[in-house]
Order: sequence, then structure tokens, then C-alpha cells
Amino acid sequence: MRESSFDFSTTLGSAWFPAPVFTASGCASSGRELSQFFPLDEIGAVVTKSVMLKERLGRPTPRMAETPSGMLNSIGLQGPGIDAFLAKDVPWLVENKARVIVSIAGETVDEYGVLARRLRSVPGISAVEVNISCPNVDNRGLVFACDPESAKAVVESVRRTLAGDLPIIVKLSPDVTNIASIARVVVDAGADALALINTLLGMVINTDTMFPHLGGKTGGLSGPAIRPVAVRAIFQVHEALPKVPILGMGGVRTGRDAFEMILAGASGVSVGTASFGNPTALIDVQNELKQLLISKGFNSVQEAVGFAHRPSKANP
Amino acid sequence: MSSINRHSQQVVATILSNKRVGQYHQILINVGEIVKHCKPGNFVAIKVGGDHSSLILRRAFAISRVSDRGEYGGTMELIVAPHGSGSRWLCTQEVGSSLDLVAPLGTPFGIPTEPVQALLIGGGYGSAPLFGLAEVLKARGCRVDMILGASTVAKIYAPIEGKRSVNSLKIYTEDGSTGEMGKVTDPLPSLISEGAVDVIYSCGPMGMLQAISGITSNTDVVHQCAVEESMACGVGICMTCVLPVRKSDGSIAMLRSCIDGPVMDGSSVAWELVGKNAMTP
Ligand SMILES: Cc1cc2nc3c(=O)[nH]c(=O)nc-3n(C[C@H](O)[C@H](O)[C@H](O)COP(=O)(O)O)c2cc1C
Ligand code: FES
Repeated sequence: MRESSFDFSTTLGSAWFPAPVFTASGCASSGRELSQFFPLDEIGAVVTKSVMLKERLGRPTPRMAETPSGMLNSIGLQGPGIDAFLAKDVPWLVENKARVIVSIAGETVDEYGVLARRLRSVPGISAVEVNISCPNVDNRGLVFACDPESAKAVVESVRRTLAGDLPIIVKLSPDVTNIASIARVVVDAGADALALINTLLGMVINTDTMFPHLGGKTGGLSGPAIRPVAVRAIFQVHEALPKVPILGMGGVRTGRDAFEMILAGASGVSVGTASFGNPTALIDVQNELKQLLISKGFNSVQEAVGFAHRPSKANP
Repeated sequence: MSSINRHSQQVVATILSNKRVGQYHQILINVGEIVKHCKPGNFVAIKVGGDHSSLILRRAFAISRVSDRGEYGGTMELIVAPHGSGSRWLCTQEVGSSLDLVAPLGTPFGIPTEPVQALLIGGGYGSAPLFGLAEVLKARGCRVDMILGASTVAKIYAPIEGKRSVNSLKIYTEDGSTGEMGKVTDPLPSLISEGAVDVIYSCGPMGMLQAISGITSNTDVVHQCAVEESMACGVGICMTCVLPVRKSDGSIAMLRSCIDGPVMDGSSVAWELVGKNAMTP
């Protein structure tokens, strides 16, 4: 396979991207900060920090704790609110030729609908990621992704508003007993694609103060420590719903990690925590992934998606 | 904001020397061209633990001093206290080993355009970047006085050559093991009321910065402090390092200490809200 004829593009629903590597929501701020280290149009797309209806200050510090091969964060969806976000951040990204996936988070089912309506006629957005799985909220009831009924209601509300305007990617939590069944519910409710996985709920206790270390007590675990959980979730959901595109994430640090997720069934891969340790991680992952796919003899990303599900030679 | 880290670069640099000084390590790194853009108050984010480490986050260190002369070209000095797994790793690195670093990062100290009476206050190894700052202020014609403090003598960082760049140096220790027994804030009220200070530059533990801000509030003294919050990324993308800052309309914003800091205006930080729930803007 020669590099020039290799097809590195991918699709999520009706959205097309020239490369399958994306930022992860909340791990690239508004995009400007990373553009210091590489041109944003070189990656598949920027997935923006989950935006809410109103400005939000988030949780108190400390907001992070490093853990073995991972970290806990409790940001609590700090952000400027949808008005300021659409006025400042999206135009800047579009001007800088980045493809944009906007992540939204609401406190109620209706809020998701309102947020979706605000996005409908905004130029330059490729898709909407519906974050129903953020663990950093005061009321765990807000984790819509842990309850099939609420998950369904949110996705229906967004679907109704967006009609066919923008592909809807729904982001799920790994903190459930059966992720494939939640996936099925949100796809039936109108999701075009799924983002797997959000962080896992965790806690660190400071043994000097003998209190929980984080200001918000609990936090979301991310980084290489959670990669096997993510690969498992992607594998199970792809097995149950082979036609539904998946944006995979959770601990991807190298091209090899991204390749593993594609083999499990991901059509694209988001890189989050790895950018904190290496501001050019996205570019490194993308270059390594491309070389790896070519060296394994694939002609396109698409050919490799879910390749680990093929019948094995021993027992077909 | 997007202009703040305009000159920062990721480079692989070589350790030129690593010496123990009291309870700290003085580490000199050959970083090349980027020293041209390093200003007092900037910091560096260093990858720690080696390629197969379970430490996935960079560690931020204040740049103590840079030089673009000398036989090695651009060099950067850090003063590191080996108190966590990352800083301990750095302190064990030998001369000649490579470091992956990103620098310069963050908002540096503001340098006055007119000569002023500057008071530099450092707590523990927080004094490190103040000596480089003193040289810059001196070159601008400022009077530069310095007060350093720590719990005990071994935690004072005050290199002999650094003392030359200040007009006066006073040291306080809580146990009286060197200098005067007491805290760096003890002499402040009288220095301020005598009119001996126009600008305070401070670097050290948050409690010290807050105490200085308390003393300078309701005075004309400007207080530029370099804050310390735990940082996951150092480049503005994670939102873990925020501090509550009062905007001109009185409302609170959570600003990133890595990008909007580490140097902040002490009078605008809502110290009483640090670590508290500020929830509604
Ligand atoms: C500091 C931080 C902030 C995050 N904020 C969001 C967010 O606003 N919305 C969201 O859907 N996911 C958020 N996430 C989750 C990531 O998008 C991603 O799903 C998760 O971290 C796993 O990927 P990683 O291991 O590559 O970071 C956040 C993660 C981190 C570490
Ligand atoms: S350390 Fe990540 S935003 Fe400041």
C-alpha cells in the first residue's frame, strides 16, 4: 500500500472528516491554546468542551489528582455558556479552518433541545456531540447516560430539534452494567453515532488531610489506565450495533492505541488526557496510526474498523 | 490570550549540571534559542519519569534564571524541591541526560517602564525566579529590596551571586535558625507606611501571597504575585488550575493560573474563595 493512495478519511453519520483523529471534549479548551503547537486543520476535527446554556464557574479546586497512568478531574463543566461560545469560539475555529464538533450538556431534557436549536443554523459545524455522561455534576441524577429512560428523552429532544440538519453523536458513560443496551436505546431514539467512553467515576483520599483530595470529592478517571475499559465498551457496542459509527476514546496516547480502538469498532478516535502530557499528541497519534494502517496492508481506515470482530481461522 | 504562549516550544534539552543546594537541587539545562523569549515569572513544563513511566502529566517549574551567553549558548536554571514523585525523578537525572520540555509558558511579571521602589518577597524555593527579576528591575533603574522567608534555614534559597543584584536582603525564619525569627510579612506594614515600597513582587506558598494581599489592600502598593495551583497541562487546555478572580464589575471569573497566571494581580484574586464553591458567576 502506497501512502498516496491510502484513504485516511472517515465519516460519522453524514459528516466527513479527512482524518480519523479528533480532540476529546474538555481536553482542548476552545482550540486556540493547542493551535500554538500545531495547525488545527491537520486533525480530523476539534471536539469542543461541553457547553451549557448559561455561564458556569465549575467546581472548586483542587480539580485534579494524578493516579497511576491516569488522572482524576472534577472541572464541573466550567464554561462561558452557549451565547458567548457561539459568538467567540466557533467563529475563531471556523476562521482557522478547523472542522468543529460541538459538545453540548444540559441540566434538563429541555435544555438539550434548546442548545440543539441554537446550533441549527450556525455555519461551520460538522456534528453535535451530546454529552449525557459527565460525572462532574452535583446531582448524579444528571448523568442521563446511566438511565435508559432519561437517555432516550434527551436524544429524542435533540433529534426533534435538529431533524436532519447535523449528525448527532451521543456520548455514553462506562459506569453502567450493560453499555450495549443503553447504546441501542439512544440509537433507536435517533443517534447517528456514539462516542465511547466518558470518564469513570473515581475518588482519591489525601492521606495527610484524611479528606477526599478533590474539591468536588469525586472526579472522572481518564488516561491510559482506562484504555482497556474503553476498548471493551467499543467492542461490545460494535458487536451489538455493527452499522452505527463509533468515536472511540479513553487513554489513547499512541498510534497503536488508536489502531486498537479502530480494530474494536471505532470509526474515529479522540485524544484527551494525552495532550496534557504532550501538546502535539494528536499529530503524533495521527502520523503513527497512518503508518501502522499502511504497514498492516489496509487500503483505508474504513477497512480496519471492527477488524477484530472477523471470524478467527481456528473456529470460523 | 492566544498571544500569551506565542513563543513557547516543545524541545528536547540536555542537563548541564545538577547540584544540591540546601534542601533543593539547582539544575542547569541547555535549552538553546528559547531563552530569548523567557521572562522572569515564566515557567517550564517538563515530562518526567521516562518513556515507560506511569506519570502521565508534565510538571511545572518556575524558571529561575536564563542566560544566552557562555560556552553552551542558551541555558535555563531551575531550583527544584524534591517533594513529589515527578520532582524527585528530575532531581536524580544525571548530567548529559535529555529532558522533554515546553517553554516559556504563562504570564510573566510586569516590568515597570519608570524606575520604582520594588520589594521582592520569596517564600522557600519561591525565591528562585526573584533573582532573575531583580536583575531586570535593576537594569530599569529600580531600587530592589528583597525579603526571603522559610520555616528553617535549610529551606532558604539565596545564592551568593544573587545577593549582588539587590540593594538589601533580609531573611526571616520561623524557627530563628537564620536571620530574624518571624515571617516575611512582619516588616511590611511599616515599610508600606514609610512609603518605601511602590511594587511588591512575590512568589511562594499561597498562604503567604494571600497574607501580602491582605496587607497591601487599601494601599497604593501594587502586588504582583506568582501563584501555585496544581496544573495538569500547563498550556491552558484542561481547566484544572483555576483561581477565582474578581472582575471589574465585582463578579467572579475562574481564571487559569497557567495562562492568565502564574503572575496575577494580588488585589484581584478572591483569596477567600480559593477552594470554595463559587458556583454562580
Ligand atoms: C479535564 C477533562 C475535562 C473533560 N471535560 C469533558 C467535557 O466537558 N465533556 C465531555 O463530554 N467529556 C469531557 N471529558 C472526558 C473526555 O472527553 C474523554 O471522554 C475522557 O477523558 C477519556 O479520554 P482520555 O483518556 O483520552 O482523556 C473531560 C476529560 C478531562 C480529563
Ligand atoms: S494547567 Fe491545564 S488549563 Fe492550566
